[in-house]
Amino acid sequence: MSAEELVSLGAQAAAQALASGQIAAHELYEIYRSRAAADDLNCFTWVAEQTPAPPAASPLGGVPLAVKDLFCTEGVPSQSGSRILEGYLPPYTATAVERLLGAGACLLAKTNQDEFAMGSSNENSAFGPVLNPWDRSRVPGGSSGGSAAAVAAGLTPWALGTDTGGSIRQPAALCGIVGFKPTYGAVSRYGMIAFASSLDQAGPLTRDVTDAALMLRHLIGYDECDATSLDFPGEIALPTAERLDGVRLGVPEELTGEGIEAGVLAAFHATLALAEQLGATVEPISLPHAAHALSAYYVIAPAECSSNLARFDGVRYGMRTEAAGDLTEMYTRTRHDGFGAEVKRRIMLGTYALSSGYYDAYYGRAQCVRTKIVEDFRNVFADVDFVVTPTAPSVAFPLGSKTADPLAMYLNDFCTVPMSLAGIPAISIPCGLALPPEDRNVTEAASGGGLPVGFQIAGPAFSENRILETAFALEQAIGFDGGTVRA
Amino acid sequence: MTTTYEPVIGLEIHVQLLTRTKMFCGCELSFGEPPNTRTCPVCLGLPGALPVANAQAIHFGLMIGLALDSELAPRSIFHRKNYFYPDLPKGYQISQYDEPLCRGGRLADVRIHRVHLEEDAAKLVHVGASGRIHASDASIVDFNRGGTPLAEIVTEPDLHSPEQAGQWLRLLRATLRHLGVSDVNMDEGSLRCDANVSVRPEGSRELGTKTELKNMNSFRFLERGIRAEIARQEGILNEGGRVVQETLHFDPGSGEITSLRSKEQAHDYRYFPEPDLAPVAVSETMLAAARQAMPELPSARAVRLQDSLGLSAESAHLLAFRPELGDYFEQALQSSPDSTPSAGAQAQALANWVTGELAKRLAPEESPADSKVSPEAITVLSQMAAEKQISVGAARQVLDRLVAEGGDPRTLVEQEGLAALDGGDELRQIVRAAIAANADAAQRVRAGNPKATGPIVGYVMRETKGRADGAEVTRLIAELLG
Ligand SMILES: [Zn+2]
Repeated sequence: MSAEELVSLGAQAAAQALASGQIAAHELYEIYRSRAAADDLNCFTWVAEQTPAPPAASPLGGVPLAVKDLFCTEGVPSQSGSRILEGYLPPYTATAVERLLGAGACLLAKTNQDEFAMGSSNENSAFGPVLNPWDRSRVPGGSSGGSAAAVAAGLTPWALGTDTGGSIRQPAALCGIVGFKPTYGAVSRYGMIAFASSLDQAGPLTRDVTDAALMLRHLIGYDECDATSLDFPGEIALPTAERLDGVRLGVPEELTGEGIEAGVLAAFHATLALAEQLGATVEPISLPHAAHALSAYYVIAPAECSSNLARFDGVRYGMRTEAAGDLTEMYTRTRHDGFGAEVKRRIMLGTYALSSGYYDAYYGRAQCVRTKIVEDFRNVFADVDFVVTPTAPSVAFPLGSKTADPLAMYLNDFCTVPMSLAGIPAISIPCGLALPPEDRNVTEAASGGGLPVGFQIAGPAFSENRILETAFALEQAIGFDGGTVRA
Repeated sequence: MTTTYEPVIGLEIHVQLLTRTKMFCGCELSFGEPPNTRTCPVCLGLPGALPVANAQAIHFGLMIGLALDSELAPRSIFHRKNYFYPDLPKGYQISQYDEPLCRGGRLADVRIHRVHLEEDAAKLVHVGASGRIHASDASIVDFNRGGTPLAEIVTEPDLHSPEQAGQWLRLLRATLRHLGVSDVNMDEGSLRCDANVSVRPEGSRELGTKTELKNMNSFRFLERGIRAEIARQEGILNEGGRVVQETLHFDPGSGEITSLRSKEQAHDYRYFPEPDLAPVAVSETMLAAARQAMPELPSARAVRLQDSLGLSAESAHLLAFRPELGDYFEQALQSSPDSTPSAGAQAQALANWVTGELAKRLAPEESPADSKVSPEAITVLSQMAAEKQISVGAARQVLDRLVAEGGDPRTLVEQEGLAALDGGDELRQIVRAAIAANADAAQRVRAGNPKATGPIVGYVMRETKGRADGAEVTRLIAELLG
């Protein structure tokens, strides 16, 4: 097989080719290693220097894997995109990574991300922004931007990311790939450098739905090292559905109206029409508290992060700024120098929200909203099988266009945060291209057809298999071609 | 005229639990291992590490709750207590806050406010002259202790003197030791005590402003510290001053009390529910297991020893509150032959031997079970003395030998020829000889002075090496001189 042919194989196809002996693991790995090493999108914070020994017979048989920087990988830099952890080499490997390596995946690279997963554009990385392979003047989304761009650009067959409020789904949408956030608790968080513990969840970023199912199959399961992890009922199957007969899709009015770019809405509605052709019914539904989800999220996540990031104090590992004065000065200087602006902003927000006298008004209130959102979803899932929305309100936006306006940046998570607060699984699949608003006067042909739009499908807890089947059927009908950016 | 004040004292006790592993990780507890050898990503607070609650610690917490007659919460939660300090690797301590494992309860005349579980901090050593963190050249951290499970027991302010506080803490310690949930050793820090102290004019119902005395690491310092703080507060009030709510340090060396921080400087710990842990849901199975594991508590044991064995209140109390004596006593009792009509008297006699003569011969906190005297031996000895097979004096000699080298009292009595002389001819001959040798004394006894028998009895005891029964000797003297 030629190099182009090898790179064109998805993870599942590569695993099959490896198992049948059509291709050799070291050959595949070396092709990806050289592609990753030559990356000019700034997708990676570390790329392997050597080809590992080919694994013994295993389900993934040596398929290369890129892993988001925030997963601890023994002896390999794990910095969560932060200066404060620059060069940090953990003494242990995260359970999620361990499981994939145990199934035969080979660690190829660590991917760039927003610092401590706080961001929606990957511009908050201490190691520089990642460029979107569809348009290098634009962001890949975040916080798993390096993972998404690397998969889209064919620098890795697939990648492992994390999603707190949309950090897998939104970059997947902006890069034209598939991203899956599993049910909270389905994948162990042990060894993931935490952002917001009650929301963080690991999941796949892949070229197609089949690959997402394959990675998920090897990720899920109870881990005795994570007290919030859960036993997944059954196994993840590779999807085969061609029709959607009897499937009821609910379209929440709150997440599909104002604030969403026209091109994105058009692609979303075209996909709904396609779903109906496959036999699905589409119904309007209401998530009455969804409008408050973003506000609740931006209290809960900062509150948890203000505490989670307290351990970065310069005492035991990571960066330390030596200070002439006392201990407090060492703490202050280290954290001043080590954290970026967005991380500091959220630590301050969270510290304030948890302070005595403010706790009830902010953290307490936000938890009430969260409960309401959980109830909203429970109510709608009595009537529909899935809730569908555009994944992100816009296509990839220009680098630097939102960095000065945090609130505008936070709106990127508008459609993904409600599912995170509810702890339910959701996938984003590419559903077409749309022109960005500033290019409306340009013809489609002149702009190369536009930028990818993501279609989000969310289901009740542990409905992973049903979501994958639905997404697979739609994927086949949509026929999205992401191959152009890999070339 | 100066006002008389009534002290009001409440205690906060931290107890290191004797679980196999730490509170939130799989590291075994440390007992003097080299620094930082009992650590893992979790108790070092490494990035990505997550806590998992120790089921045995929860089990011990429930046992403490049962022993203190507390209400056990069917659902309790862990919170994060956030503050920066080098002995706290995560920047927060996982503790329980407004939903503790146990609420309320009582031990003797002191009400319990709550019992909750948390993790211990690591150990900081300040290198340099002062030994305090300020002005030290460097500080080094040993994380072996970090993450050790702690139960924090908080009393209501029901204590009213330093002595009462000390006494009650001893009772709590005996109870916890008996449960087997902790070493409860103040020197080694497995039992640590803070005291909340306030004073109020005698007769007043209102509570005065309290101060918190930190970390008094012995019973003596606890009592001295509280005494000093009461005196300090009374002094302030007598001069028309106002007690300030603050945290204080008592220096047992100088007897001085210094302020650690005032209420205005108090931390805002920003407590919030620990999102990495699920709530502790106490199941019926867990409750049953805790009940099953409960040993008989000292107060219940005292009642049982008194009621069913007929022991005196004093003996029963001694045996119950020094479980090492109680356990040994009950084991000894089991080795005695089946109950006889005089079983009650025998049990009391045995109790006397264990709590008196034997305890006297052991080191202060030594358990008789660790001595060379087997429970069977003390039973046999007690019976031989009760049945006058040997005299009390001879029995004491035998006990000396048993403590020194162990063995069977019967063999010892035989080897040493210590068997009691009965009222037969042999003893009668010796008494005759004694009277002959002490003619003066005999004369005075005949003249009606019974106390004058002393030299005659002494002679007999010397001759018989203490084997003679004192009462029998007196009877024989009276008969022969009568
Ligand atoms: Zn540990």
